[in-house]
Amino acid sequence: MANHGAAAAADVKVRKKKEGQFSLVMKRLSKNKVAMAGLVIILILFLAAILAPYIIPYGYDAMNMAERFASPSLKHLCGTDEMGRDIFSRLLYGGRASLSLGFLATIISTLVGMFIGSLVGYFGGVVDTVVMRFVDILQAIPGILLAIAISACLGSGFVNTIIALSIGGVPMTVRLLRGSIMGVRKMEYLEAAQTINCSVPRLIIKHILPNSISPIIVSVTMGIGNTILMAASLSYIGLGVQPPTPEWGAMLSAARTYMRDYPHMVLFPGLAIAIVVLSLNMLGDGLRDALDPKLKQ
Amino acid sequence: MSIEKKQSPFLEVKNLTVHYTSEGKKIHAVNDVSLSLNRGETLGLVGETGAGKTTIAKSILRILPEPPAHVDQGEILLEGKDLLPLPNDEMRKIRGKRISMIFQDPMTALNPVMRIGRQIAEGIQLHEKISKKEAEEKAKKMLEMVGIPASRYKEYPHQFSGGMKQRVVIAMALSCSPDLLLADEPTTALDVTIQAQVLDIIKNLQQKMNTSMIMITHDLGIVAEVCDQVAVVYAGEIVESGSKEEIFDHPTHPYTVGLFGSLPDIHSEVERLSPIAGMPPDPSNLPEGCAFSPRCPYATRECRQGKVKLASLGGTHMCRCIRNMKGEGEQHG
Amino acid sequence: MWKYIIKRLLWMIPVLLGISIVIFTIMYFCPGDPATAILGNGATPAAIAEKRAEMGLDEPYLVRLGDYLSQVFLHFDLGTSYFQNQSVMSGILYRLPYTFAIAAISMLLQICIGTPLGITAAVHQNGIADRVCMIVALGGVSIPGFWLAMMLVLVFSVQLGWLPPYGVGGLPYYILPCVANAFAGIASQARQTRSSMLEVIRSDYIVTARAKGLSEREILYKHALPNALIPIITVIGNGMGMMLGGTVVIESVFSIPGIGMYTTQAINNRDYPIVMGGVLFLGAVFSLIMLLVDVIYAFVDPRIKAQYEGQQSIFRRRRKKNG
Repeated sequence: MANHGAAAAADVKVRKKKEGQFSLVMKRLSKNKVAMAGLVIILILFLAAILAPYIIPYGYDAMNMAERFASPSLKHLCGTDEMGRDIFSRLLYGGRASLSLGFLATIISTLVGMFIGSLVGYFGGVVDTVVMRFVDILQAIPGILLAIAISACLGSGFVNTIIALSIGGVPMTVRLLRGSIMGVRKMEYLEAAQTINCSVPRLIIKHILPNSISPIIVSVTMGIGNTILMAASLSYIGLGVQPPTPEWGAMLSAARTYMRDYPHMVLFPGLAIAIVVLSLNMLGDGLRDALDPKLKQ
Repeated sequence: MSIEKKQSPFLEVKNLTVHYTSEGKKIHAVNDVSLSLNRGETLGLVGETGAGKTTIAKSILRILPEPPAHVDQGEILLEGKDLLPLPNDEMRKIRGKRISMIFQDPMTALNPVMRIGRQIAEGIQLHEKISKKEAEEKAKKMLEMVGIPASRYKEYPHQFSGGMKQRVVIAMALSCSPDLLLADEPTTALDVTIQAQVLDIIKNLQQKMNTSMIMITHDLGIVAEVCDQVAVVYAGEIVESGSKEEIFDHPTHPYTVGLFGSLPDIHSEVERLSPIAGMPPDPSNLPEGCAFSPRCPYATRECRQGKVKLASLGGTHMCRCIRNMKGEGEQHG
Repeated sequence: MWKYIIKRLLWMIPVLLGISIVIFTIMYFCPGDPATAILGNGATPAAIAEKRAEMGLDEPYLVRLGDYLSQVFLHFDLGTSYFQNQSVMSGILYRLPYTFAIAAISMLLQICIGTPLGITAAVHQNGIADRVCMIVALGGVSIPGFWLAMMLVLVFSVQLGWLPPYGVGGLPYYILPCVANAFAGIASQARQTRSSMLEVIRSDYIVTARAKGLSEREILYKHALPNALIPIITVIGNGMGMMLGGTVVIESVFSIPGIGMYTTQAINNRDYPIVMGGVLFLGAVFSLIMLLVDVIYAFVDPRIKAQYEGQQSIFRRRRKKNG
């Protein structure tokens, strides 16, 4: 870095521009220790969930009536539940359900929201009015109640839960994307693109989306955390993923009856949820700062 | 112009050095700047965007954001008293009362959710220890002085045009009849037609109140119109300073010469303007020796070895160029 | 301004109609037959068919939807529960105080604790106070509310025996539910307050205020806070929605007979009139809160007020053009 001439400095500047926004953001992100810690934890948990069948010490549904309600020990890291099943194994295995629920539901709702949002934002006019009024309506219903009602209607189960959770997320993404597209629409480079006869889908995909994507990325990261929380609440109420498939919220719900005498049964599943959501939020905060460095000094 | 005794000048800045820290890099914004200004006079600080002019002004008022900014060394003497070591509450009595500032962008300089009249009266009430009512009366008077009807006292900034907002900012800055006014490119953000009006208002009020002024600008036309003294700033350093006549009649530093060369002139028949080649240096990575040397048409190897000192050319005219130190530059006085 | 409020109030009618249609449709497609549920599994098919006809369940979708909407919007009647011999409206009104108490206290906690925490953090940016506040806040938005509720019960009721673990009664019964419900709200309020304060503190007009010679305290409370309020109010509004939603789960943890519990139980029982009534009621409350938030904006920010009044005139102009 030392002793460059001004020419070299200018050269560095040019190269920086060429590297593009993406690598710059990544560079800033990689300097953020908290965000990186979040990312690492998420990756580890992902890996653990994927490899769960191979690494869990006991089968997730292996009952052992002789060792019911065992407290945490070296043999059972997080203790056992009312049927003598190893909670640690069930947590690792349950990560599959919770993580995939959170990720899939958020990504689906974001994609749908982006599609609708970009159409609405681009075309404006009547389309905009109609869709946004519908969004108003959906947003006036408390999210958890909507999810409860939909999953009651569709019935429980993995796919149905994803649908129930996704529908609640769509209005927010539509609103977010519409807002940022409305902002981008007035920019002059769009006029420039139109003057060279850029087709509408191309305009949206190549010019509008990339410029309104950063709030979306942040909201997806944070949204996954929220969706996981919501999924856990659903299972807690008795909807969502059903036993015997282990799911963190469902485990908490089942542990409710025994929590007075065996607090470890509620402690660990809750911690698991909290750790995942916390790391997602840590990463989300870091992403937001990296995408918008003005906010952090 | 000045009828001062040969004593200490009204404002003296000595060896001011300021740096910023950004993403781990040290940015040298102001490097060993010294200035002096007599009562009632106007000093023009001229230079490109990013040369450190605003930082100098904000250091005088001590409103630099610290961190990221940090004053490494220097003295700022107001009538012989150094402002830098003053405790904060002492300094607050000087801000807005003895020294005030007009900011570059009137669009963002006003609080959007406070009535403009209140924004003016606030400072008056604070410094002159008068009732709210009296402050309001005085603020209305100030509004009329800058050409805004007092009936608009209760309006909000979004109801004003850019030029009107800048008048409000001027009224605010001059409301307590400061001894020193720091005007930071007060007309840059305005339409050309409004620029002259705003400049006139500042000039008139300044003369009426016998206020000293530092006018920060990159516009030599403004310097010609309002300044007595000129200091040319490049990469955080003063490269040339002197009276307006000295600088305009005998620009000596290649950068100053370059600035004049970039101006269109209806009297001479040059085919093209001659802009200064290259870009200002990266302030986190200043070239060794003369900061201007990479862009200077006369640069030699010597220029890149060691700092060049500011040398007198006679009178108040000073220049930071190796060619003058050797006695090659023309002398006058 | 009044015109704006009236316009918004009128706009609530289609929103509520929309909510009714959405929730009615969801319930219509729900599996399970209320008639069977009422008569029990032992009932004969003939009896069930008769009951279905009596309840109007065998009418086509549109007829039933029309009936429901006219009943709600023309006769202001939310219907009667299938199982409890009670009108939905009186059921809701009976349960409202519990839910209202929890939501209101939680909201109060969120505003009164979250905002000062955020301001403190912003003022001492990167200092110890800031770090601590932000770590706690980050944790706060990451913990599932119902789990926090369970842990609080474990500590304060089971271990220490200070507070009742569930049920309703005097103030002590509300402490744990409200703290559990408000925790995430306090955290997100603190985060939002901090970031909007930081953004405002960097504005040019804060430098102007400083250049006037105002003290940091005056700058903070007279100039920075009023500007930072706008995004803060948004969070409060969203927080209200979250609180309303949160009560659904919290009520279930603490066995509090509020509207949330009423509605979720009804979903499980297929007691559709209650489900629709409950959702509609909560939606109406939420819409009113959002309206309130938008009106408060106008008092905080003259630009928004001007915009509202401007909207009016654009509206009028358009009408003139068309007419």
